[in-house]
Amino acid sequence: MPGAFVLPLIIGLPLLGAIFVMCTPKTESSLHRGIGLTVTTITFLVSLLVLRYFNAKLDTYQLVFDVEWIPVLGAHFKTGIDGFSLYLVLLTTFLMPLTLFGTARSIDKNVREFIATMLILEAGMLGAFVALDLFLFYVMWEVMLIPMYLLIGIWGGQRRLYASIKFVIYTMAGSLLMLVAIFYVYVQAGSVLGGYTTDLEKLTQVALPYHAQVWCFAAFAVAFAIKVPLFPLHTWLPDAHVEAPTAGSVILAGVMLKFGIYGFLRYAMPLFPHGAEVWAPTIAVLSVIGIIYGALVAYAQDDVKKLVAYSSVSHLGFCALGIVALTPYGIGGSVYAMLSHGLTTGGLFLGIGVLYERRHTRRLAEYGGLWKQMPVFAGLYLIIVMGSAGLPALSGFVGEFLTLLGTFDAGIDGSPVIIPVPTILGALATTGVILGAVYLLFMFQKVFFGKLDKAKNGKLPDLTGRELGVFIPLVIGIFLMGMFPRPFLNAMDPTVKRFISEFATRQRECDGPAHRYGTMVMDKDGKCPAAPAGAAAAKTTDAQIKDNLDAVAKGAAAVEKAIAPAAKAAEGGAP
Amino acid sequence: MDFSHLKAGPIPYLAWIPLLPLLGALINLTLGRKLSRGTIHVIAIAAVAASCALSIYMVFGPLRQLYVSSPEQAGNIGITQHVYTWIEIGSFKADLAFRLDTLSAVMILIVTFIGTLIHIYSTGYMAHDPRPAAYFGYLNLFTGAMLILVLAANLVVMFIGWEGVGLCSFLLIGFWYEKEEYANAGRKAFVVNRIGDFAFLLGMFLLFWAVKSLDFQDLKNPATAGAAYVKAWGPERLATAAGIFLFIGACGKSAQIPLYVWLPDAMAGPTPVSALIHAATMVTAGVYMIVRLSFLYSASTAAMAIIATVGLLTALAAAFMAFAQTDLKKVLAYSTVSQLGFMFVAAGTGNWVAAIFHLGTHALFKACLFLGAGSVMHGMEHGGSKTPGDITTMGGLRKHMPITRITFLVSCLAIAGIFPFAGFFSKDEILGGAWSVDPPGWIPGYGKVLWAGLLLGALGTAFYMWRLYFLVFSGDERSEEAKHAHESPVSMTGPLVILAFLATIAGAIGLPHLKSPHLPAITHQLASWIEPATAQTWYETKVPIQPAGKANNEGCCCIDGTNNPVGTALTKDGGDMTVGACRELNPPGAPRSALKFTCADHNTKQCAIEKQSDGTTWGLMAIALAIGALGIGLAWMFYGRGPTRTLERLVAGPLAGAYEASKNKLWVDEIYDAIIVRPYRALSRGLLEIVDRFVIDTVAVNGSAFVVGLFGRISRWFQNGQVQRYLTGLVIGAALVFMMSDCKTHATFEFERQGDTIILRAKPGAGVSGSTSTLYWDITGDGEPDPDPANPSKLLTGPEVRLRAGDIHASRVTLIIEDAVTRKTIKITRTLTDESAPEEVHEGSAK
Repeated sequence: MPGAFVLPLIIGLPLLGAIFVMCTPKTESSLHRGIGLTVTTITFLVSLLVLRYFNAKLDTYQLVFDVEWIPVLGAHFKTGIDGFSLYLVLLTTFLMPLTLFGTARSIDKNVREFIATMLILEAGMLGAFVALDLFLFYVMWEVMLIPMYLLIGIWGGQRRLYASIKFVIYTMAGSLLMLVAIFYVYVQAGSVLGGYTTDLEKLTQVALPYHAQVWCFAAFAVAFAIKVPLFPLHTWLPDAHVEAPTAGSVILAGVMLKFGIYGFLRYAMPLFPHGAEVWAPTIAVLSVIGIIYGALVAYAQDDVKKLVAYSSVSHLGFCALGIVALTPYGIGGSVYAMLSHGLTTGGLFLGIGVLYERRHTRRLAEYGGLWKQMPVFAGLYLIIVMGSAGLPALSGFVGEFLTLLGTFDAGIDGSPVIIPVPTILGALATTGVILGAVYLLFMFQKVFFGKLDKAKNGKLPDLTGRELGVFIPLVIGIFLMGMFPRPFLNAMDPTVKRFISEFATRQRECDGPAHRYGTMVMDKDGKCPAAPAGAAAAKTTDAQIKDNLDAVAKGAAAVEKAIAPAAKAAEGGAP
Repeated sequence: MDFSHLKAGPIPYLAWIPLLPLLGALINLTLGRKLSRGTIHVIAIAAVAASCALSIYMVFGPLRQLYVSSPEQAGNIGITQHVYTWIEIGSFKADLAFRLDTLSAVMILIVTFIGTLIHIYSTGYMAHDPRPAAYFGYLNLFTGAMLILVLAANLVVMFIGWEGVGLCSFLLIGFWYEKEEYANAGRKAFVVNRIGDFAFLLGMFLLFWAVKSLDFQDLKNPATAGAAYVKAWGPERLATAAGIFLFIGACGKSAQIPLYVWLPDAMAGPTPVSALIHAATMVTAGVYMIVRLSFLYSASTAAMAIIATVGLLTALAAAFMAFAQTDLKKVLAYSTVSQLGFMFVAAGTGNWVAAIFHLGTHALFKACLFLGAGSVMHGMEHGGSKTPGDITTMGGLRKHMPITRITFLVSCLAIAGIFPFAGFFSKDEILGGAWSVDPPGWIPGYGKVLWAGLLLGALGTAFYMWRLYFLVFSGDERSEEAKHAHESPVSMTGPLVILAFLATIAGAIGLPHLKSPHLPAITHQLASWIEPATAQTWYETKVPIQPAGKANNEGCCCIDGTNNPVGTALTKDGGDMTVGACRELNPPGAPRSALKFTCADHNTKQCAIEKQSDGTTWGLMAIALAIGALGIGLAWMFYGRGPTRTLERLVAGPLAGAYEASKNKLWVDEIYDAIIVRPYRALSRGLLEIVDRFVIDTVAVNGSAFVVGLFGRISRWFQNGQVQRYLTGLVIGAALVFMMSDCKTHATFEFERQGDTIILRAKPGAGVSGSTSTLYWDITGDGEPDPDPANPSKLLTGPEVRLRAGDIHASRVTLIIEDAVTRKTIKITRTLTDESAPEEVHEGSAK
């Protein structure tokens, strides 16, 4: 496939960079920063090649690169992108150099290791976004966990140990459940596919038994819901954000949270449509709770970083609601909202970094009146805040609007409705529009408005050239995404349509009693065969199950018969 | 007609109208800090003035041409220009498209014209402000957003403008952000508006859900939308629900009950801002939106009743609150709220033209009043006043500020509804419309109630406005500062004069319909201009009317249920139609209406609600005029030369309660604070502390970690690698096993018959199986060890004994275990004939 080299290349580049940076002398901090920036910038430029090769009209995986990796497991190193992952990849490669450029200077201990960690993190995230193999995905999923653990644990704030351990245990708990489900899928699919594989495309052809789907989906969903994070699995997030260095926060909120939603779209929902159907109401309700709850709790914060962290809970709630609404604009809007959230929340955290570097506090009460002192920063920050609050013509609006509209219109164009009372959930979620304005403007006012009455704030310099270099691309991105969302949405549209139609087909076709008992392979149209496929496929109907049981009973009788003489002989032989 | 040539570069003219001010804003907001004050002024004013010029060209050029040349297109006159497709995914599509029709034409003229004047005025008013670039940038940004709002061809684009003006309002109210309460006011405005926007969004979602489009033309088109309405919910219920949601949005933007509370606080902004945003343009966006969606609202009786009622209540409540205010701008703010209420009553009675008419005249005289107030405050500030808006310190300013005084006087006459000033005509039209409206589904006579209420509101308006005028300009100066006040520069008085002049004559575009033969034929210019863009008749969709059954070119007329013509019937020449001709046009069986409709246009055979007769029109005008005059008279009585003694007595005595209520604005802010703001804070704080910190984090997360940790700590004590401790554990464990086992595993015995022989096998249980214990058997049932029947000299002993059946006298056999170590004797008794479990009797006793 043309351009297939791009994806492995952008995973490989940061990895090589990480190795290279570790080979340089430890004391050369500026060299390390330079390498980090160069590598991530090159990665970004290379990743732009994706746009050249990506055909926005196709709904299949593109730029697919596939080599055998662990033959004995059937694991492949298989990468590829579609409309869901295309811009998420670009978001990652875009944010990385910006983050390093803007924040690397605030790290002054173990710079070499910091750069290496960030580069490995980038490789892991990109790998997880482009993986088309369940095994590869799981490996990448764990690969990105560890650098983030180190970022928080080594370069973090006061309570960094608590936060990093909490982060790791939360995430690991989820990923272990996912691993169990992966094993199950792997074994079941292997038995009907005639060979063990972790290739996502092949696994998607397998329809698992109904109840297995429900449990497997739940296992995947817990892993992803922790990442999103859905209420009530969110409490690791504020701690992690508060303790993480700015770079960690930006990447955590900007990119890593997206894996939750992305995981649902790429793995959980296509593999287990019936599971999705069963759990969608729960997810929808939790998302709505998260939207409202996150916004309410954000308002009660005194710590700016916590406030923004809780705002992520609220914003990602929209995304989660959008995907279970299962409408084209719900899902498209959800992916779009993730992209926008990457820019706006990334920007919010970078701004907090700017403040923190100058004042070494994150308490709202310590600020006030900064507009007078830092007008350029205030103006740019206002745009980011408004983008986050969903002001039309800025990036946040498009995603928010489409997800809400999608929720309202659940069932449009024949898409299945898997959430209850979509209108009411949609209306409740829409209150997030009000609540978002409440806490964001509260924060903005506390920091920038009012009298400049704290002596320390009186000397704060406005943005430096370097910082402008970080914020201006972000703000331009926010404007572009708000005013010209079409290129983004166009690229998603075919994928979204395919996703929904496949989901609908699988849910409709592979339903009923025929599907409650056995694992089977679907044909090319996504239909389940009427008869079980392959000899190994166990009995699939109630009658057949009964046959099975009868056979077992008969077998037992036969065994008894066969051993009876011996038993008698043994008895006879006793004194 | 093809309008695709109307563009400059790739961008059509209609897009340039908002784009020009936006570009001005872009320049001033990015580079402005490096530009000189003069350059900033030039850029800002040029941007708006160019936009104004382009608007005038578009309206009086292409649009007027279209209007004149194609009457057959009535209801669909307009120029739509697409810029690009903004959002598109799945079946959702929103174009960035602008539409200029006769309705939006009126709005863009108001916005750009008054906008230009206020930009000019601001150069004088803000001459000493340290941040001119920000100020003019915001002002330009606002103008651009407002133009997007009014020119939008669909609801989504309208929402860009809708929220955009909200943002500018936030920024400009909090322009002097260093004062905490100003910043609070800005935030309050934004948040309250967001409450409205929430409902606006819901309305949009609902409409899209039903119609699958948010384009005004699609929504309006009965061919597409009509079917969808019916399919979704039936026309009225959908229109009612969507209409009410959108109206709540309008309540936020246009400061109606219960969302009006932000507007009085918004007076924290610079005064020209109050004039432009919070009087002339932005706050009227809600009214505009309702008129824009008149086709939707005309399908819902309930929504209309709600709009009219809310409008009336707002008009009255705000007028009441204005009575006792002592801040110049606060009085004007409540006045604005009240006047917006009038406009909503007009909209709620289906009187679309009157709503827009009043919107226009109000924009003129209220902008003039605000700018006048700004001029007064400017003068007072120069006089040395620290509280320039306090009217109790004014008085006698007519001597010092003659131009301001004259323009203020004219505007006060206009707002009080005195002939021939503009407010007279527009207010009269609203009152007249309310008087005559009587649709099915409303409480009979509700129109009259609205009329009476509005009349009361008009009385209040005249009173508080003239109170203001007298307190500011009449009598003697009540403070030193007032004595030293002086007239403002020409950049400020110039716009005042222009606005006052327009407020005097603008009524001419909306002269009432009078058919009296004694007068020359008068046409309501504005009505015939706007009507193509609004729903022609209220209830168009709800009550189908068939004015002309036959395709008859003679004219049209409407007929009631008894087959009699109602209202006016027109022949094609404009003359009266005979009863017979009318019946012929409406054969039996044609749909009938209970409403009084009249032929509005014999070309299109459209019916309209019958307007009241000339006599009624004159009568209503006279009453309205009298009420206005009465209000002025009352104000003069109490305040003519400053506050009078009578007034002080009244305020201290019988009117004390009312006075306090008005002064404290009916305590609405306090009530909201108690029932919304504080509970909200408490809720968010409570959720954080209780749910997040305690239930989730402490109990669930750290709790499970604690439990895991506890197990860890306990097991750690054992597994610390010290051999001594392992050994100690070993010993204690072994001892425990040893000590506990004899109580745990009970001794018993088995028996087996083999022919005659009975074999007894002891199962001594753990702990007593050692060589130290001795086992005896009792086979006689006496509880004592018995001798062996085969060898009577020895006691029967050992773990396994063989007996003949006859040896056992009783069926009960007892096993007696004597443990030498623990010095216990244990007895187990079983009945041999019984196959069931042994009946065990344990007796332990120390030897």
